[in-house]
Amino acid sequence: MNILLLFVIIPAVMLLALWGSRNLRQTRAVMVAGSTLLLALSVYLTVDFISMRSAGESAPMLYTASWSWYEPLNICLSIGVDGISVAMLLLSSIIVFTGTFASWRLKPMTKEFFLWYTLLSAGVYGFFISTDLFTMFMFYETALIPMYLLIGVWGSGRKEYSAMKLTLMLMGGSAFLLMGILGIYFGSGATTMDINEIAALNNIPAEMQYIFFPLTFIGFGVLGALFPFHTWSPDGHACAPTSVSMLHAGVLMKLGGYGCFRIAMYLLPQAANDLAWIFIILTTISVVYGALSAISQTDLKYINAYSSVSHCGLVLFAILMMTRTACTGAILQMLSHGLMTALFFALIGMIYGRTHTRDIRQMRGLMKIMPFLAVGYVIAGLANLGLPGFSGFIAEMTVFVGAFSVNDTFHRVVTVIACTSIVITAVYILRVVGRILYGEPENEEHKKLTDATWDERFTVICLVICVAALGIAPMWVSDLIGTGVGDVLSNIIE
Amino acid sequence: MNYIQFFDMRPEVALLAVYLILFMYDLVSAGRYRRLFHPLACMLATAMVAVTLSDRSTFTLFGGMYESNAMIVFMKAVLAFGSLLAILQAHKWLRSEHTFYKQGEFYILLLSTLVGMYFMLSARHFLLLFIGIELASLPLACLVAFDKYRHNSAEAGIKYILTSMFSSAMMLYGISFLYGTTGSLYFTDMVQHITGAPMQIFAFVMFFAGLGFKISLVPFHLWTADSYQGAPTTVTAYLSVISKGAAVFTLFIVLIKVFAPMIEEWQTVIYITIVASITIANLMAIKQHFLKRFMAFSSISQAGYIMLAVIGGQADGMTAMVFYLVVYMVANMAVFAVIESIEWKIRGAVRRETCNGLYRTNPKLTLVMTLALFSLAGIPPFAGFFSKFFVFMSAFSAGFCVLVFIALINTVISLYYYLLIVKAMYMMPNEEPVPAFKCDPYIRIELILCVAGIILLGVCSFVYSGIDSISFGM
Repeated sequence: MNILLLFVIIPAVMLLALWGSRNLRQTRAVMVAGSTLLLALSVYLTVDFISMRSAGESAPMLYTASWSWYEPLNICLSIGVDGISVAMLLLSSIIVFTGTFASWRLKPMTKEFFLWYTLLSAGVYGFFISTDLFTMFMFYETALIPMYLLIGVWGSGRKEYSAMKLTLMLMGGSAFLLMGILGIYFGSGATTMDINEIAALNNIPAEMQYIFFPLTFIGFGVLGALFPFHTWSPDGHACAPTSVSMLHAGVLMKLGGYGCFRIAMYLLPQAANDLAWIFIILTTISVVYGALSAISQTDLKYINAYSSVSHCGLVLFAILMMTRTACTGAILQMLSHGLMTALFFALIGMIYGRTHTRDIRQMRGLMKIMPFLAVGYVIAGLANLGLPGFSGFIAEMTVFVGAFSVNDTFHRVVTVIACTSIVITAVYILRVVGRILYGEPENEEHKKLTDATWDERFTVICLVICVAALGIAPMWVSDLIGTGVGDVLSNIIE
Repeated sequence: MNYIQFFDMRPEVALLAVYLILFMYDLVSAGRYRRLFHPLACMLATAMVAVTLSDRSTFTLFGGMYESNAMIVFMKAVLAFGSLLAILQAHKWLRSEHTFYKQGEFYILLLSTLVGMYFMLSARHFLLLFIGIELASLPLACLVAFDKYRHNSAEAGIKYILTSMFSSAMMLYGISFLYGTTGSLYFTDMVQHITGAPMQIFAFVMFFAGLGFKISLVPFHLWTADSYQGAPTTVTAYLSVISKGAAVFTLFIVLIKVFAPMIEEWQTVIYITIVASITIANLMAIKQHFLKRFMAFSSISQAGYIMLAVIGGQADGMTAMVFYLVVYMVANMAVFAVIESIEWKIRGAVRRETCNGLYRTNPKLTLVMTLALFSLAGIPPFAGFFSKFFVFMSAFSAGFCVLVFIALINTVISLYYYLLIVKAMYMMPNEEPVPAFKCDPYIRIELILCVAGIILLGVCSFVYSGIDSISFGM
């Protein structure tokens, strides 16, 4: 029994258990038990993985296993993890775990909500553990479609519109992606869909790479909020319920970055080298434009959604630099942004649940009314603008140092441009913090509000601890992902 | 002539036996025995599926006019299973006031079309093929007009029979040209004389147009929407799945057995029809408010996707096509069963707005509908995702990259209109949603079978592998 399979089996069992659950109590019990189990599993996996690496295991993938699935088509159920996927699994299970508590009091149709939520998380876990193109694509799409119902039924605002826009844009992306996957498979002439074997063959003709690299990269890039395909993201995040925003910004958008790195660039290295400049320009626009858009927004969720566009753009920006430091920074940024943005969305959801507005012009002096949430918000904000001691600093530093170390004018110029986002981030974060948290409360209704409940405190504390831990002790992550990044990069840089 | 040969045709013999038993029972039964008619029909149909599946022999009969092999028999079993689903679905309709006295006719007509389709699949001679197609079409027209007291149904029947006859005439015209240029009607003889001469291309286009009507490909689709909407829902389901499946399979066989030497010419023709079918049907489907009409356009676009497997003309395409048909059958039958159940509850045609707020009153039924629609849209982990993927794969491997890309973009459009229904069921508010109700027990059995298919067919790969192992026999 491969331990990785549990990441799919546990959600499957949870789905069945949720289907059979009769009341709210049972639903919550199933969710808490399942997500705790998954969290424990991923922590165990991380520890075990690091100890195996330090014991000298140098194989690119550990815990590998493969079962033939559709034999005539060479489709296998191949699983295996390297450091990057382990880090992503850990991130996912933290977010799923805290998301469960963030939607503790969600109504109505709690059971159905958690059914789709679990299906979504199953897709995410499956994507990160699989190493077969078909299986990856299957899990990728499995993770996308529950979003439609989660946003459309349980969301707020223009939820139907946003849900449809998000689903169609992401599915459009996956149409591109499917073309890319078929091109990779048939182009390599491989007798397997296993990505490591295709990468080892490395025989896709250059002219095919030039066609299928952009398709694959854009396919994943849509989910990674690549400019100009990011427009689903602000609407989708703004209308989604709290835990879905958390999961979506925290984990799902990372699927895009991970896929770009693991499939598009890894399997089509020559085109990645030759065409990277196009996407570097696009991601630079994402980084700066996302941050600038966030300044002009007045809705808390929109601010954070545009901030996500900016930060996820930075992930894609970093991997396209193709230096070891920058790519390590990209993975760190994925982790850091995943945790920070989940914290942000959780807090916004909690504040919105009390004030029933997300408009920053209508809130004032929340620090006096709900100190716990306000302090949490300040911490999230400071982490987001890259204060040393929190995860954001480490990640952005690594990215920019890595990017600037590429020795040519083009890369250095775009790095400088992208660096301006740090300043802009500070502007929109401090503006919000100053506006809604400080000063005297103006709205009489707001003065009657209460501070966080136990489940909300638990969510916030968990995430703050993770953000701080990543910021204070980033070295263990570098140990974890070092070999993985090195292996992928050595295939890209000939 | 050795008459014992007839008994080699086991699927047909089984079908004939069922046919005769039901016919006799219709004549002799009266009173309370009448109530056993439907269970009897269901049991016999199940037995028929079992007998058909058990047959694996490969042989030809009547000097090569009739061929049977594992693939053909499997396809016959699929069609028989689809008919079983249709019979299950028909229960409540057959018990209703206007149809009760002609219950027997329904079974007989249904099974007659099935005989026709069996001969379509097995025919290796154009005359037998033509007889098969006619036998499959004429009783279907009666079925479409079965609710003759309803204006719509009668109109649908007329539309169906007229287009059907027109297409048959065109096909016959094409066949006559083929006979003129090759001097034979046997597939095996004709293929040696097919060169892609202009007259043969003309003949092919005529023949293709004839079958295109049955498959309802654009531009031969104009009858579809009206006939689907007017026909009794059970018959619509039968029309959209079984009749279409048999025609696609037959087309594939004729293409590879007869028109193989002019593959480039027919690939061009099919290329155009695929692009037209998928795109036009998808755009039209968005505008439909009546669910049955909507499903008509959905089925046209699905036919386009099935043709993606045909266009390569390879063995893996055959596998992908048959698998697609099986998956499409369970999903589509589930949708029609849900529509029929709602129709009985509200006593009228189901519009998209009718579904508003359905989840609050009928959560289980809504869930079944959601699964079926997701499967039709090709969303994993449901079977539709797998079948679509394999179809794309087979077309891609045959070199039709751009076509696959067009089809993929169209899946996004199709997802939009399938989601419109999901949206209606889960999100749209409704003052008076369809009240909670229990489905007819037979429909419930059908839905369970369909949902099992939707969930398991993709995940359990042995169905695909099984089809694959016999498709090389073609």
